[in-house]
Amino acid sequence: MILLEATGAFLKTLDTWDVIYILILAAFLGVEVISNVPAILHTPLMSGANAIHGVVIIGSIIVMGHADSTLALVLGFLAVILGTLNVVGGFVVTNRMLQMFKKKK
Amino acid sequence: MSNLDILKLCYLLGSLSFIVGLKMLGKPDTAKKGNFYAGIGMAIAILGTIFFHQNGEGEKIGNLAWIFGGIAIGTIVGYFAAMKVKMTQMPQMVSLFNGMGGACAALIGIVEMDTHHPEAFGERFIIFLGLMIGTISFAGSMIAYGKLEGKIKDVGSKFQQIFNNTFIFAIIALVGYASYDVEFMSSNVIWIIFGASLIYGVLFVMPIGGADMPVVISLLNSFTGVAAAFGGFLYDNQVMLTGGILVGSAGTILTVLMCKAMNRSLWNVIIGAFSTSTSTGKSTEGLSIREINATDTAILCAYAQKVTIIPGYGLAVAQAQHTCHEFEKVLEEKGVEVNFAIHPVAGRMPGHMNVLLAEADVSYDKLKEMDDINPQLPNTDVVIVIGANDVVNPAAETDPGSPIYGMPIIKANTAKNIIVMKRSMAKGYAGIENELFYDSKTRMLFGDAKAMLEKLIAEVKAV
Repeated sequence: MILLEATGAFLKTLDTWDVIYILILAAFLGVEVISNVPAILHTPLMSGANAIHGVVIIGSIIVMGHADSTLALVLGFLAVILGTLNVVGGFVVTNRMLQMFKKKK
Repeated sequence: MSNLDILKLCYLLGSLSFIVGLKMLGKPDTAKKGNFYAGIGMAIAILGTIFFHQNGEGEKIGNLAWIFGGIAIGTIVGYFAAMKVKMTQMPQMVSLFNGMGGACAALIGIVEMDTHHPEAFGERFIIFLGLMIGTISFAGSMIAYGKLEGKIKDVGSKFQQIFNNTFIFAIIALVGYASYDVEFMSSNVIWIIFGASLIYGVLFVMPIGGADMPVVISLLNSFTGVAAAFGGFLYDNQVMLTGGILVGSAGTILTVLMCKAMNRSLWNVIIGAFSTSTSTGKSTEGLSIREINATDTAILCAYAQKVTIIPGYGLAVAQAQHTCHEFEKVLEEKGVEVNFAIHPVAGRMPGHMNVLLAEADVSYDKLKEMDDINPQLPNTDVVIVIGANDVVNPAAETDPGSPIYGMPIIKANTAKNIIVMKRSMAKGYAGIENELFYDSKTRMLFGDAKAMLEKLIAEVKAV
């Protein structure tokens, strides 16, 4: 009963059902995009995906952008740094790995 | 066009670039472009947020100096860390960056809870869950990093498994109840969830064997994706949702694929079954090994028609990939056909060995995948196993009691001559005996891979 109530309350907080659609579609898309990848690309692919979840930095920018307490400022600032590390480091490392795969004549 | 429309457009471009980028990363020819596109999309989404985002009250993003300062620091540190890291240490680096993302998600949760004190169940639940998953990912990634660096040993027991499972259910129950009851432990509850998740992240990765870290990193990678998606829920932010879920599901599939390449289930990896396995392979007592020296090996190889090199992590540890390429070249000058047989899990991550050899300029088409090389091995005069062990262990095919039974292997034992280059008779990561070493066609060449390959190069040149 509590669980039902909770689920109801949870769904009410979402602006629309669109979010659920995005979630399900993106989940299937993720599976679809990854299947049939040769084993040699697993490492760069993992690293590339690693960079993409760095998108969490957007959350830290939003937090930081509206921060007014000292705690929020300090933690938000730290979050922006960490998120950037994830994004920049992730893409650069992936690029370095892929540079190794240039075909030789 | 209003600011909001521009922002939505930026997010649409970002989401599209992630999907297309990830798809392109899955093909060797387009992988580099794919990574580039995803990076551009990310930049568009980030800049769009900074300049066009408004919260519910219509306030734009403030504290711009702080934000740009943070981005500048992160960019400089991230760029140099990524450029400086050695190819052999790539897996650690990926783990480290993954942990940063997890920590970022966790911090967002803490700040949101602390400043806005949301009271709706849904909002609290999303924040708590995002915090929990992000923190587990952060702590787990740090432990995985330490293990790959060889600084942390495997610690685990049956008891700990039971404790771990109870513990995570307790955290989830706490998250559920604290979301429901706003008064519960008031503002301290967020710190308790944070601390408990930190501890769980450590306990979760501690018992898992060092050789299984790639699977763990891949799993934690998808965790961070899910944590990012919770951020998307919280802010109703499409690009965070699509990016996070995409990585969450793709990461999970990738994890399963990696497990399949080792013929193990994800569960089996997580409970660290290698360490608890009873069988350590057939007894090799009474069997003897035969050694060979560098000169004889050089002669054997120089007069062979086909030589196949089977590299393992030992090659990478000895930093011998360049020397190995030299060795390949001197043999080719003698008219020998040289190939490399790459097992899907050779190295520390699937595909890691390909990266290492490609770095040493070994031609891409000389790197043969397991299924392509196995039928050719009976016609191969010499196979040289360098620093590999479990991936050539015939027990995977012949001994149903072996922990690695069923794992696809490179059938080195079918070649005419087998040279095994090893530092000592130490067992591989699975901790089991390898019958291949006692095969009548096998000769052992003891020594450090790099020093030994240098000797071989000199000897082959002298032939």
